Amino acid sequence: MSHAVALAFDETGLPGECLPHYALIRRWLDETPRAAIELKRREAELLFRRIGITFAVYTEGGGPERLIPFDIIPRVLAPAEWSVLQRGLVQRVKALNAFIRDVYHEREILHAGKIPDALILHNDGFRPEMQGFEPPRGVYAHISGIDMVRVGPADFYVLEDNCRTPSGVSYMLENREATMRLFPDLYSRHRIAPVSHYPEELHDTLRSVAPENCEGEPAIVLLTPGANNSAYYEHSFLADEMGIELVEGADLVVEDNIVYMRTTEGLRRVDVIYRRLDDDYVDPLTFLPDSLLGTPGLFNAYRAGNVTLANAVGAGIADDKSIYPFVPEMIRFYLGETPILANVPTYRCAEPGDLGYVLDHLHELVVKETRGSGGYGMLVGPHASSAERASFAARLKARPNDYIAQPTLALSTCPTFVESGIAPRHVDLRPFVLAGKDIRIVPGGLTRVALRDGSLVVNSSQGGGTKDTWVLESMGDAQPHRR
Amino acid sequence: MLSRTADSLYWLARYVERAENVARIVLVGHRMASMARSLGASGDEWLSTLIATGCEPGFFAKYSEPDSGAVIDYLVRDPDNVSSVFSCLETARRNARAVRTALTADMWDALNETWLKARDFAAQKMTLDTAPSFLEWVRERSQLFNGAYDSTMLRNDAFYFTRLGTFLERADNTARILDVKYYVLLPQDEGVGGALDYYQWQSILRSVSALRAYHWVYHDRLQPWLIAELLLLRREMPRSLISCYDQITRYLDLIAEAYGGERGECHRLAGEAHARLRYGKIQKIFQLGLHEFLTDFIDRSLLLGGEISNLYLT
Repeated sequence: MSHAVALAFDETGLPGECLPHYALIRRWLDETPRAAIELKRREAELLFRRIGITFAVYTEGGGPERLIPFDIIPRVLAPAEWSVLQRGLVQRVKALNAFIRDVYHEREILHAGKIPDALILHNDGFRPEMQGFEPPRGVYAHISGIDMVRVGPADFYVLEDNCRTPSGVSYMLENREATMRLFPDLYSRHRIAPVSHYPEELHDTLRSVAPENCEGEPAIVLLTPGANNSAYYEHSFLADEMGIELVEGADLVVEDNIVYMRTTEGLRRVDVIYRRLDDDYVDPLTFLPDSLLGTPGLFNAYRAGNVTLANAVGAGIADDKSIYPFVPEMIRFYLGETPILANVPTYRCAEPGDLGYVLDHLHELVVKETRGSGGYGMLVGPHASSAERASFAARLKARPNDYIAQPTLALSTCPTFVESGIAPRHVDLRPFVLAGKDIRIVPGGLTRVALRDGSLVVNSSQGGGTKDTWVLESMGDAQPHRR
Repeated sequence: MLSRTADSLYWLARYVERAENVARIVLVGHRMASMARSLGASGDEWLSTLIATGCEPGFFAKYSEPDSGAVIDYLVRDPDNVSSVFSCLETARRNARAVRTALTADMWDALNETWLKARDFAAQKMTLDTAPSFLEWVRERSQLFNGAYDSTMLRNDAFYFTRLGTFLERADNTARILDVKYYVLLPQDEGVGGALDYYQWQSILRSVSALRAYHWVYHDRLQPWLIAELLLLRREMPRSLISCYDQITRYLDLIAEAYGGERGECHRLAGEAHARLRYGKIQKIFQLGLHEFLTDFIDRSLLLGGEISNLYLT
């Protein structure tokens, strides 16, 4: 076991004891012969290869190696733990939406001097085209994925907000299906909050933000970049589950600022677009002129109030890593509340004082590119060689504005089935928050797990896997269990 | 439904059918060539195969001589040839992938497995020896796909468009297969009605799995005009032009009914072609020239495809 893992908080409890909500899982792991667990693991692999084939077929030439590995041991959150997270997430997403609205209208938070003007106005995520425009119900981030990590029994941190086109929810749903099929007995001995209604909640959310001039049942579509996109499976999965059309940019046409889709029966009006396409590609007339993915005129139709885009154009201003340090301030500023969820202490390399500290402490910090995602362009100081640190330091000095740094957190661990048996591995959590008429969260989210011993990077592109995430509704007959 | 979805289903079915039919045409060419060789005649079977599949221009951009190895590889495996059997399967799968949710699981499995295996086959050049078993397999896989969608798809517009694709392509290909014979010139010393001529006609029938059917229907030696009649005008023959057009007009009508009765130019064109087959006589067709009839027919089918696309698929 690596040093970092040994120091980390294990979610089943301190060494020698087991927290009540993990008691049944612990007993199951202890009592089930290794061979039987191995059998289940293989069954899971088979099952997932079958479901997995449907994942993989969407990636050209993709074999099973392109699948995101599924770990069979569920991650469990106690009712009390989840209820704090839930309240904190609702609060955070409310503040993020208020912030985006403010940035494109009065900019009160800038006038109040809480956030430097330049950070907003010179930000790539800022879309001047959105100024003065009011989307239905004032909602910008309809679907957010808030990445959480944990370092102690009650210490959750928000690591990152995703307010553009967060993905992964299909894994959350498929993982639950898999555990229910693999471990019906273990599953039924817990009282677990269901997640399978997520597509319905999403559908309701999208319906609730239809344009004001929409009469009757709004026509909702999911706009995908197409079959070559890595998340295409998720797009088709969600469209299918909601019973809405999965469209590509060329399926839509804009006439007189009204959006239509081309059907075999002629043009049909579209009211709400759940778009899984980045701002830049949405409309070649307004944004990237050579984008073939979007629909000419879509943005004007949007601004005219004839169609809703979810998420709103320009919502990315709220999830930029350089804006992240200010989210707790947003909560105080807009809601007048104390933040329930903490941020990870963050050094902004744009500040000379912070930059100096970061350069002196590279060996203990994680440095991230403000625009990077997916675990690329980051340095995990304690795991890097001195040569890697030196070359990163040079990049930092050259473009300090592009970087932030955070202490290396000892991410919590969960028991995970690995080659050597069952071992603790670091995890994070991405709950999905829906904002429409109200704010809704399906309990839990997607747990990602770093499968390599000692690794802190959970991104699937960097060898991460996923786990089913159980939020217990009550402790049921789970009993504390001493080992 | 989305026009793009209908378009993909239609082309998906067309390309599966085309893969099967190119396979059938190559098998005829192969058989005719071996027949000619064994009878001591060296013919231009491979050239005629290229012409019948419409692949002649592309082929000669790449090769100078239509020797058997080059033609077989070009028609069966070559990814540069959009009509090669392998390219057809790949295009079919690409269309399927784009409308994954409109397919039933059985359709997808049939197609996806075919593509995965075909990729292995296509890793090596096709030769005179390896091609036939691959082509037989493609024929089976296409039939599996057709069976899968026939037995699992809901009977709604999605099914109608898929059907249209199958039958429009099949009609086109039956016409082309019959036309192969026109291009295969008999050697100077081999007369019409000679042994080679006979075996060529027999190969044509075999290629559409109709040799036995011929004997059941006609109880006669192989006669060119009867063979043509079987493949053009006889409803009992499921790959005949009239059978295909029975289906095409039927599904076009069902689509129109599903969409409130509105009809377009494609309905008129299909009805016209259908009438020519229903009331056509084989003697008349031969008098005016079989080849001319077939060429005209292929052009009309092309036009019809364009009009279907105009009305529904764009």
